[in-house]
Amino acid sequence: MTAPTDLTIAEARAALAAKRISARELAEAHLAAIERLKDLNAYITVTAERALADAAAADARIARGEARPLEGIPLAIKDLFCTEGIRTTAASRILGTFVPPYESTVSARLWAAGAVCLGKTNLDEFAMGSSNTTSAFGNVVNPWRRRGENRDLVPGGSSGGSAAAVAARLCLGATATDTGGSIRQPAAFTGTVGIKPTYGRCSRWGIVAFASSLDQAGPIARTVRDAAILLREMSGHDPKDSTSADVPVPDFEAAVGLGVKGLRIGVPKEYRLDGMAPEIEALWRQGIAWLKDAGATIHDISLPHTRYALPTYYIVAPAEASSNLARYDGVRYGLRVDEGGDLDDLYEATRGAGFGAEVRRRILIGTYVLSAGYYDAYYLKAQRVRALIQRDFDEAFRSVDAILTPATPSSAFAIGEKQDDPVTMYLNDVFTVPANLAGLPGISVPAGLDAAGLPLGLQVLGRAFDEETVFRVAAAIEAAAAFDALPQVRAA
Amino acid sequence: MSLDAETVRRIAALARIRVKEEEVARLQGELNHILAWIEQLAEVDTDGVEPLPGAMRMKLKMREDVVTEGDLHEAILANAPDRADNALGSFFAVPKVVE
Repeated sequence: MTAPTDLTIAEARAALAAKRISARELAEAHLAAIERLKDLNAYITVTAERALADAAAADARIARGEARPLEGIPLAIKDLFCTEGIRTTAASRILGTFVPPYESTVSARLWAAGAVCLGKTNLDEFAMGSSNTTSAFGNVVNPWRRRGENRDLVPGGSSGGSAAAVAARLCLGATATDTGGSIRQPAAFTGTVGIKPTYGRCSRWGIVAFASSLDQAGPIARTVRDAAILLREMSGHDPKDSTSADVPVPDFEAAVGLGVKGLRIGVPKEYRLDGMAPEIEALWRQGIAWLKDAGATIHDISLPHTRYALPTYYIVAPAEASSNLARYDGVRYGLRVDEGGDLDDLYEATRGAGFGAEVRRRILIGTYVLSAGYYDAYYLKAQRVRALIQRDFDEAFRSVDAILTPATPSSAFAIGEKQDDPVTMYLNDVFTVPANLAGLPGISVPAGLDAAGLPLGLQVLGRAFDEETVFRVAAAIEAAAAFDALPQVRAA
Repeated sequence: MSLDAETVRRIAALARIRVKEEEVARLQGELNHILAWIEQLAEVDTDGVEPLPGAMRMKLKMREDVVTEGDLHEAILANAPDRADNALGSFFAVPKVVE
């Protein structure tokens, strides 16, 4: 029999319903694996007691024939989602001891669907990073290794702990968030599936805010079907988030397996970067061939403002972050550093000690671009370019149903690499950021290995609120790729 | 536009983040590098383009203007780094602001 930690969510759901396994056995197997592989540093907080209590309740429900959609499924929650009574740190010293008195809407929905809480996963501090090396709780280690090498690689970021935990089989699925690629890039780096849904699909209430006009929650899982199962439960209108969309939530799982016959797939020429790794280019071409074989038609499209997406993002996101992070003042919650002096001294000492280097850089950039005399030149200019980027997509989606691109410009890199200057790190998100600026759904699906044996992902982008087409295309790629490589470090 | 050291200090003060004097030069270099890279937006023709503040594609909903919660003093104060409880009630405590 398959080890409990190797099951997909769909398989675990069937095994629980058939009573071939109990929620308790599932929870215990995962807790043991988390303990054994704790050197990956995927979790900041493990909630073993809570997991066992949730599992007992799930087993009781299943026995009574009252199982809910995720009854007994053990999940991990990115430590950016507030969880009532469970420490929530955003991987920052400034929130290091914060215990929320309330639950985020997305996690509350998962518990209401019967999921079991394993704990809170590591991330880049305040979700700012592409390597999970900015966490105040230490780096997360990618469970994958380059062939013949023992160097620790990054899992990507910011949802690096969630991606590593899913890949190493330390949970069946995890929540994540994506502001500029923080779900899709780590998914690509760890051979997992990650979807950022349409802006407004999941409530942002109770998620520690980074850049409110870009932040969106989504799941990371091991299959497209599992991602669809989780997203359905995470989605839905929430009056507590005014940007949460009051639209019906489709049965995303039903879209998986519908096939792509007759779908029009766009291939944007601007995503072909100078000096792009030949392997990425080859994988992209392979993806195009798979979709053509499955009955889709392929169309060259143009998204002319693509190259301006990253610099636009690095004005908009820091500007919103500088405003959102103003709340960490050492007065109402979190760290306080009081070295004497007045209230301004307390603010400055607290924030100087509480924020890490990358967060501090972004707050300062954001403060500058919003400051008097520069607001028009930077912030308003970026918002105008953002409009043009969205217009590019609207134009493209008149003639295609989905867009296929690489997920990342490279495979996972070693911890310490690409850290000489911030801009090099920012380039990781070159393919993912445009979807955040335009508010569109995007998924990363593992599609192959590079020469070193590391996973590479393809990205599928769709129209606003058309995650179903995104899932259809991703499932076709998944079926054609038959990606069955496993990370070197994993449970069972 | 290039930031001088004084501007870095001023931004840090606006952001209420203490920056040590020996960190100013390095931050100045990093911030200028990022800003120089961002400058490329200047070449985009945005004449007549309305700024897009967010990706929300539908109108924001209005809710009823009614009280939805309250009486949460203890929950609100639960994470306070310092608090003061006296005859007037329970409060967040901060260094003296008014002499």
